[in-house]
Amino acid sequence: MSLSTNTRKNSGRGASRRRALSARAIFAGPGLLYITAFMTIPLILIFVYSFFTRGRFGGVVWEFTLANYSRLFESVYVNVFISSVVIAGTTTLLALVLGYPTAYAITRLPPKWRTIALILVVLPFWTNFLIRTYAWIILLNSEGPVNSTLVSLGIIGAPLGLLYTPGAVIVGLLYAYLPLVVLPIYASLERADRQLLEAASNLGANRFRTFIDITLPLSLPGAMIGAIFVFVPSLGNFVVPELLGGGKTVMVGNLIRDQFLEARDWPFGAVIALFTVGLLVLLFAVQAAIARKINGKQVSHA
Amino acid sequence: MHKIGWLRLPLGITYLFLYTPIVVLVIMSFNISKTPFVWKGFSTRWYAELFQNELVRQGFINTMIVAVSATILATILGTLLAIGISRYFRSALLEAYSLAPAIIPDLALAIGLLVFFSLMGVTLSLVSVLLSHVVFGMAFVAAVVIARMGQTDSSLEEASRDLGGNAFTTFFKITLPSLAPGIIAGALLVFTLSLDEFVVAYFTNGPATPTLPIVIYSMVRFGVTPEINALAALLLLVSFTFVLSAQRITRLTDSV
Repeated sequence: MSLSTNTRKNSGRGASRRRALSARAIFAGPGLLYITAFMTIPLILIFVYSFFTRGRFGGVVWEFTLANYSRLFESVYVNVFISSVVIAGTTTLLALVLGYPTAYAITRLPPKWRTIALILVVLPFWTNFLIRTYAWIILLNSEGPVNSTLVSLGIIGAPLGLLYTPGAVIVGLLYAYLPLVVLPIYASLERADRQLLEAASNLGANRFRTFIDITLPLSLPGAMIGAIFVFVPSLGNFVVPELLGGGKTVMVGNLIRDQFLEARDWPFGAVIALFTVGLLVLLFAVQAAIARKINGKQVSHA
Repeated sequence: MHKIGWLRLPLGITYLFLYTPIVVLVIMSFNISKTPFVWKGFSTRWYAELFQNELVRQGFINTMIVAVSATILATILGTLLAIGISRYFRSALLEAYSLAPAIIPDLALAIGLLVFFSLMGVTLSLVSVLLSHVVFGMAFVAAVVIARMGQTDSSLEEASRDLGGNAFTTFFKITLPSLAPGIIAGALLVFTLSLDEFVVAYFTNGPATPTLPIVIYSMVRFGVTPEINALAALLLLVSFTFVLSAQRITRLTDSV
């Protein structure tokens, strides 16, 4: 008797486990398979291609080589990396300088305005990226609104050559990715323990000290996410350097595009592309480690 | 309690920076002049010329084919994925994997897919663009639906199961309706994304079937014309409408 109920229980549990397993497969299976087929395998293929010899018209010849990697250290490419990092780095810095106080300001708005303020920040991000870049061709043109405003205000005597400069590239990249830095900073500021803040001010810490000692460290992980979201896509962007930099400013993204569509050296293009993916993964790992450290500190204080 | 003070300044600069280009773009689309830099007078001639433009019309049709199909596929796959991840797996790693296509650099994804399609012998066409758009579209839908699932109560589903409802009934009567706002919002976002997506389409498309962003790219490279402004203004209108609707749908039900 007791044996039979036991076995029934067990088989019941087994059946429900099987049901749960099949439910998992039905729900998550197709999506996970799709991502594996159309993201993971393509990325693995880039990795594989990076070790082989270029084909004549794109593609690859199956002869193993490490030459694609050693080519990265040729001075032409090193220079592109350096100038890309400078431009993407400047963009990231500007995005943080503008994005952080913006996010902070939004957390201080009355609750019903916060959502609207956030939507207004994110909205441009959802519009056509080419169009947003095109808008700056108009604005920065020598006859364009920026120059004519500056001239009519008497700030400058004659129109400046703003377009087709590294500065124009930075403005275009900043415009493209600023919303991506505001969101994670806002989220981390919101999460920052309000009670901790109140306690600090009750204990007599002034607003500046509260900000430096509590708010800033707690929002650091969000700021880092935001910085990664600006820095990595900026490196890989080939449209802004082409349209606003006039092809004079070459970035990592242009290099990749050219290897695939013009030079037809897919393996070398693959190496450079892997570099951007690797950088993204590495930066996220650093961010996660720092976030853990900061959160751990918070717990140990409490 | 809430003091903004000097923080109004960066907030103002941000909005000025984000919206001035858009406003100028739209104003100049009504400019009578051939160059969209200096205002010469009001006209709708560029909209009229836009509708005559065969290349734009074809690009628009191609884009609609891709965007509508990608939305349908990505919404179905992404919704199921979100439910599978947050109800059955509860694994942070799998969740990260599901959202990865939305985060990975688009250029790396684009060339990966180009290599993939060429190795598989797939001729580049609207189909390869569609297959590519589904992968990141699905991740966006999954993200929105997972967020929605965090807000809904899973006890209703448990009750349904306890009362003898099978997985099928529970799914269609309980799970799906409670997730509907998230699913619709996700679908609207995928449509907007696909409509505007350039980099992946640029690499995975065949030469005979340019999508609208590819047409815009060649127009912009060729030179500046108010016709692009007119097209831009229309696309901005579509994107704004869709994204704001998505936002409204999720928020309307949040307050209930």
